Amino acid sequence: MKIIKTISRHPHGSEDLVSFQIPASAGTTNFMKYIPVIGLEIHVELKTASKMFCQCSADYFAKPPNSNTCPVCLGMPGALPVPNETAVNWTMKIGKALNCQLASLSKFDRKHYFYPDLPKGYQISQYVEPIAVNGYLKLKGKKFRVQRVHLEEDTGKLIHSGKDTLVDFNRSGVPLVEIVTEPDFDNSNDVKEFLQELHTIIKYLDVSDADMEKGSMRLEPNISVRVCHPGLDPGSQKDSLVHENDKLPLPPYKVEVKNINSFNFVKKAIDYEVKRHLEILEKGETPIQETRGFVEADSSTKSQRSKEETHDYRYFPDPDIPPLSFSADYLSATVGSLPELPAAKTNRFIKKFGLKEADAFLLTRDKEVAGYFEKCLTLVKGSRIVEDLPQKLANAILNKRVTLNLGPDKFVQSVVELYKPKATDMEKLDAAVKSVLAKNQSAVEEYKKGKERVIMFLVGQVMREMKGQADPLKVKKELAGKLKR
Amino acid sequence: MKLFGKSLLELKKLVTQKEVSAPEVSSYFRKRIAKYNGVLNAFLSVVAEDGGLPIGVKDNFCTRGVRTTASAKVLDDFIPPYESTVTDRLKKNQLTVIGKTNMDAWAHGSSTETSDYGPTKNPWDTTRAPGGSSGGSAAAVSAYLAPAAIGSETAGSIRQPASWCGVVGLKPTFGRVSRYGVVAMGSSFDCPGPITATVEDAAFILGLIAGRDRYDATSSPRPVPDYLSSLAERRKLTVGVAEEYFDSVNVEVKAAVEKAVEIFQKLGHRVKKVRLLSPKYSISVYTVLQRAEVSSNLARYDGIRYGGSRAFFAAEAKKRIMLGAYTLSYGYYDAFYKKAQKVRTLIIKNFKEIFNDVDVIISPTAPITALKLGEFEKYPFFGEVMDILNEPAAVAGIPAVNIPCGTDTNGLPIGLQIMGNYFKEETLLSLAYQFEKETEFFGVIKKGIENYKDD
Repeated sequence: MKIIKTISRHPHGSEDLVSFQIPASAGTTNFMKYIPVIGLEIHVELKTASKMFCQCSADYFAKPPNSNTCPVCLGMPGALPVPNETAVNWTMKIGKALNCQLASLSKFDRKHYFYPDLPKGYQISQYVEPIAVNGYLKLKGKKFRVQRVHLEEDTGKLIHSGKDTLVDFNRSGVPLVEIVTEPDFDNSNDVKEFLQELHTIIKYLDVSDADMEKGSMRLEPNISVRVCHPGLDPGSQKDSLVHENDKLPLPPYKVEVKNINSFNFVKKAIDYEVKRHLEILEKGETPIQETRGFVEADSSTKSQRSKEETHDYRYFPDPDIPPLSFSADYLSATVGSLPELPAAKTNRFIKKFGLKEADAFLLTRDKEVAGYFEKCLTLVKGSRIVEDLPQKLANAILNKRVTLNLGPDKFVQSVVELYKPKATDMEKLDAAVKSVLAKNQSAVEEYKKGKERVIMFLVGQVMREMKGQADPLKVKKELAGKLKR
Repeated sequence: MKLFGKSLLELKKLVTQKEVSAPEVSSYFRKRIAKYNGVLNAFLSVVAEDGGLPIGVKDNFCTRGVRTTASAKVLDDFIPPYESTVTDRLKKNQLTVIGKTNMDAWAHGSSTETSDYGPTKNPWDTTRAPGGSSGGSAAAVSAYLAPAAIGSETAGSIRQPASWCGVVGLKPTFGRVSRYGVVAMGSSFDCPGPITATVEDAAFILGLIAGRDRYDATSSPRPVPDYLSSLAERRKLTVGVAEEYFDSVNVEVKAAVEKAVEIFQKLGHRVKKVRLLSPKYSISVYTVLQRAEVSSNLARYDGIRYGGSRAFFAAEAKKRIMLGAYTLSYGYYDAFYKKAQKVRTLIIKNFKEIFNDVDVIISPTAPITALKLGEFEKYPFFGEVMDILNEPAAVAGIPAVNIPCGTDTNGLPIGLQIMGNYFKEETLLSLAYQFEKETEFFGVIKKGIENYKDD
């Protein structure tokens, strides 16, 4: 069988493995089509002052082992969890920012499994009634659904040293938000963009460091590849599957990849996995359902544990924590307290300040930078010295033409200085124009033949001759005048 | 100063009047423990610490710096670095833990025979069980090895041993007293409560330990009434009697409780027959839910951070863990746990309706009086059956109190239980107090300590 790779162009120009077609049998026009099916689980540690169910500090980073613990987060006999209200509130904010429905009644459940970093033998999590459900994030016209946003507690950490394994419970009980998407992704670029947008949103909400290196944001893609049989499978008629996914049966397996600590690695892990699955599927086999670990060194993945022994977590409502109920007032106050989110800010920058879309997008990736930009604008309100000042400020910020270490007032001054029309010595200009025209006869010829763009080259030459001490608009005008003659 | 038989409040008064000092009282009880504990095995450890008045505390309450085992070898060497809220509040109110009392291991049982440290003997007849799981606390009070004690109940573990040992035992409303620092058994049922020789002592202790605790999310924020002074209000109540609670009850027990009903009438209370859901439904609900919670609560004893390995778990705990894990398993959850929760809701509803008509419901505490040691092994669900009359209140989370109401022909105490509406402990205590004043519990308390004289 011959594989014909069909390539789709991604909006950003990169080439993706989106679908493969191979003849199902010789002599027929039936083609099998392979489409990656990817869902995401994202864990975000909240930066609340205290842990999820006790009063220990949630800031455990770089503290001496087991110094940040108490009977509750050590799961000692008789110790009881009391939920952290701020963590609940922040989880709602994340849910709302992802367009979820917020629950008016939410519960904590116990999720049982044995592991040395889990002191109670169960993790307090949310199973049946999470804080937020049924959301989505729209990116470039595509809608990626968010199944749920729930709150749980982080575990301790195992440190393997020689033959020994040590346990550090400093992290045990730190509030952890889990965001689960529907398997709506079919390529690694969309995944990367989604995650970057999510990361930006979390940073805007100011609820987590979302630092992947430190593990305060963890990315786990679930990957499988769907085999579509044209004619049998209604879904295969469509190329865009995002909104049709529910109608298609999911592949009979999925592979979860862990140990990923950057957006680029997520992309690499997915690409590696999709290729691996294709090779297996092509042999007529089904990949094993398992958990794999990403290997940075060669951007591959390695099997960690097979999911043959599927966990039975024996979930049940935690009897130590009464159900949480939220009044309509509380919910609307929480929603009302959300900051302007990155997508909305981008749109506003485009509409209000006339920025180019790409620049508005880049400026809003960091709330601080966007804020700096707006602060600068308030300082030059109504200024007509420089034309299209917002865009020029944006350029100056994005191209780092002026250092951002300056206070906004100084920064604005420097930008205005940079772009304000220069006083032009008309005598010198005249001489320079003549000299440039004389030296560049071929350009002049081209111009006269109708290639008018050449004038910009000539403007550049004049500006150089004038050592920059001229208003480029005036230079252009002067050149145009001379060339017409 | 003769201290023998004095109630906690009487001792408190003597200390206030400087007739005796608190350390003298503690020392007196330590001598009594030294003398009688060898026979009774009511205490697992004695605390050589003077402070306030002594009180016995069940060994599933964490006490800072004092070994806490829940009578389980898994926790044989466990010394908590923290204090349970109940013992913390006792200490802040000038009471000192004199010792930790024996119990069924992990509170799994109704006879104190599943203790990994040997059974406690019933002071009334040392060939008999004291009931359980708070058997050590009940026996200690009954034999006057402590003027009062703290027990804990999941379903019957305060009331039933109080009944078998002939003392007062109060199970408060779920959430009235903090569970923080109590080795968890069935978390949605567990209630700490006092075991005492007088109703006044029970009211006094409840007043100390009740109330909102920031360390227990299920503790109630309701204000705590002054239980002690409300005893004086001789309220006239409507007393409900439900036939369902007299099925398969021993005739002597039944007769004693019926006699108590007459006394309530004589005291001017209105007695009303009511229909309640059969207690047998509570057995099923309780068995399923409690096992599920046990299987989860015992998961932390993995021997990694403290305590012994899981090999130390004895048969009863293992059975409960297995049964609980099974009912929570995928595919079984709906058939067992979820269904049990639905029936639990019906039982709650049933009680709420009944309490529109009556103030309290009375019934025997246990269907029979104290059994011989070793009997429990003959029944696979011994505790559940023995606690049948205690389980409805536990499942619903309502308060209930055991008071002695006579003795049978074997000379063993019989207990009467009064169940009340949510957070109406003062109503139960008021009725119990009126009964005590009228009958002096038919001399049961006095008779209980007769064999345990000073010299």
